[in-house]
Amino acid sequence: MKKSLGAVAVAAAIALSLSACGGGGSSAESAKGEINYWLWDANQLPAYQQCATDFQKANPDISVKITQRGWDDYWSTLTNGFVGGTAPDVFTNHLGRYGELAENKQLLALDDAVKKDNVDVSKYNEGLADLWVGQDGKRYGLPKDWDTIGLFYNKGMLASAGVTEDQMKNLTWNPEDGGTYEDVIAHLTVDKAGKRGDEAGFDKNNVAVYGLGLNGGGDSSGQTEWSYLTNTTGWSHTDKNPWGTHYNYDDPKFQNSMAWFAGLADKGYMPKLETTVGASMADTFAAGKSAINAHGSWMTGQYMGYKGLEVGIAPTPVGPEGKRASMFNGLADSIWAGTKKKDASIKWVEYLASADCQDVVASKAVVFPALKASSEKAAEAFKAKGVDVTAFTEHVKNKTTFLYPITDNTAKVKGIMEPAMDAVVSGKAPASSLTQINEQVNALFK
Amino acid sequence: MTTLAKPARTARPQTGAPSPRGSYRRLGDLKIALFFIAPAMIGFIFFYVVPTIRGVYLSFTEYSILGDPEWVGMDNYTAIAKDPLFWNSLAVTGQYVFLNIVLQTALALGLALLMHQVAKSTLVRGALLLPYLMSNVIAALLWFWMLDYQIGVVNQFIEWAGLPRVAFFGSEEWAIPTQAVINTWRHMGYTALLIFAGLQAIPGHLYEVAKLDGASAFQTFRKITVPLLRPVLVLVLVVTVIGSFQVFDTVAVTTQGGPVNATRVIQYYIYQRAFTESDFGYGSAIAVILFLILALVAFIQMKFLKGNESDLD
Repeated sequence: MKKSLGAVAVAAAIALSLSACGGGGSSAESAKGEINYWLWDANQLPAYQQCATDFQKANPDISVKITQRGWDDYWSTLTNGFVGGTAPDVFTNHLGRYGELAENKQLLALDDAVKKDNVDVSKYNEGLADLWVGQDGKRYGLPKDWDTIGLFYNKGMLASAGVTEDQMKNLTWNPEDGGTYEDVIAHLTVDKAGKRGDEAGFDKNNVAVYGLGLNGGGDSSGQTEWSYLTNTTGWSHTDKNPWGTHYNYDDPKFQNSMAWFAGLADKGYMPKLETTVGASMADTFAAGKSAINAHGSWMTGQYMGYKGLEVGIAPTPVGPEGKRASMFNGLADSIWAGTKKKDASIKWVEYLASADCQDVVASKAVVFPALKASSEKAAEAFKAKGVDVTAFTEHVKNKTTFLYPITDNTAKVKGIMEPAMDAVVSGKAPASSLTQINEQVNALFK
Repeated sequence: MTTLAKPARTARPQTGAPSPRGSYRRLGDLKIALFFIAPAMIGFIFFYVVPTIRGVYLSFTEYSILGDPEWVGMDNYTAIAKDPLFWNSLAVTGQYVFLNIVLQTALALGLALLMHQVAKSTLVRGALLLPYLMSNVIAALLWFWMLDYQIGVVNQFIEWAGLPRVAFFGSEEWAIPTQAVINTWRHMGYTALLIFAGLQAIPGHLYEVAKLDGASAFQTFRKITVPLLRPVLVLVLVVTVIGSFQVFDTVAVTTQGGPVNATRVIQYYIYQRAFTESDFGYGSAIAVILFLILALVAFIQMKFLKGNESDLD
């Protein structure tokens, strides 16, 4: 039944797309009327609703209809919309997805508009604007926000273990013995009898509090799981970024780091992967089952929102090459190539990328806007709420970020890497098994 | 699930010699017949025949939905033959179907016998059907939370009983049996109802005769109930096996193929290749293979269990 339904949807979509070809329209028509805008993060909806209201005041003949769809349905609904002619005029785009969309000619190139309206892309945080230039050299999005990784920690647990905030700010890590990062994680781990992970007689099979929480295997990017460690060793996911054509999961530097990471679960310092299916890592942290969670800056609101829980944020540890590392991911707004309201859509995208809107987003303290000036305002807004976010911003200031790996075939790479990384992190396969997996991944690019 | 088409019987009255009105009558019947068949026929053609043919066509192409399908001949099928994940999905699905069908049929048969001979109250009989009235996704999510390793109520009880917690969905050994049992729980009431209907069709006097002849309860069950129930059991098996092979929603809302590849059942793998990885040609080719497997399984069941014959005649 599932098969038939899917096939029908596809067949019906094809029929619609044949009749929906064309579009465009005269430029007077395309500059006014209603435009549809989609985003997936419900936390950000109020901020963008405010932007839309302000935008409509300035442009009375354009109205913006915002639709929020959960991440799980977002991309399949969007793809069906492209084929069926019902896609939104403007939508929030992700680095892992836009390459394929651009290649299939679903995105409007923004170069002419950027030139004509003098959008200054150097005002964005470094590198963010370049991420949205495709392999063909054309720009397919204007940056809206960014995120980095930090260590959320339970202040109460650290205090009772005698770990200071200074220690947390100066953690070091290496793949051989885990550095002071592993020392702290071990010390924060407590078994059911009250013995700490670094004490004699610690029972690794009956752990009450894990030093480090676990989100999952991390699939191809390891964004919050392990990339903040692996990429301090000089390793990087691909030969170049963006648009690399060769993945490096066979590198011993990477495999040693992964072996250390998987070893944490074996030592009892981190929950076993099989126990993390279900309840979210943030919720188990709030339930007092882990002391430190490595997670993205977009989770700040959730971690700080748990009642009765004192949470601090520390920067990720310094690696063997003497530097910290954090993945730097950014979203952007793109325009669908099939839009009938091209001129109005361009106006809206440029407004979303402008200081007017990004300052509004900053004031809500949910995410860091892409403009440098607005980022600083967001940091202040967080501070006003009593949250110190320097752990996230200092990565950008000190240029210790690396970009989310952008390549072709990202969905297929993820399809191969997800089970492979699960096997390594759960200890079912050695890290060296990734050499053969890497061959499968690179075969996609031949 | 699947509708089993029954051969349509012509309702034309038997007349001796063809009368002059005969051809007119046939035509008149045809019009009325078409009128009544049309709603089902239109649905069948547009929602089953056309997509199936299109699916078969797509299985010979490379198609990312956004471009045009590109004819690649047998490439998808030769790639599938060498794809370890495809063979893994067959093995995983087979394991699921085996556990699900054996448990479900045995429990449903027991429940049906109870309904037939002991539980005659409509309330009790109705209660057996309750899990089936719940949507698959809700049932799966309900158990997903109850069986959660960290915060699930079941694991709390297990711990109180002094046993180690079980990662029902997280461990490779448990993931498939857990889901097979959940779906058994959901479907056994409905399956029991079908078998129960079959039990009611067995004439009561046969049991009386058996009793007079001094047959034991087990002998009656083996020599009368089972043979006379066979056509219904075969139908139930064909329908439930096909349904079981198509397990998808439980996996999609809980483990999504993991841990590693332990629950990457065939329907989920099709979905993953087609909708997540935009490889609609490859996905369609696996769907065609699944279609052939199901046709073969249904054929074997009907043929060797003589599902279309009854011993009652």
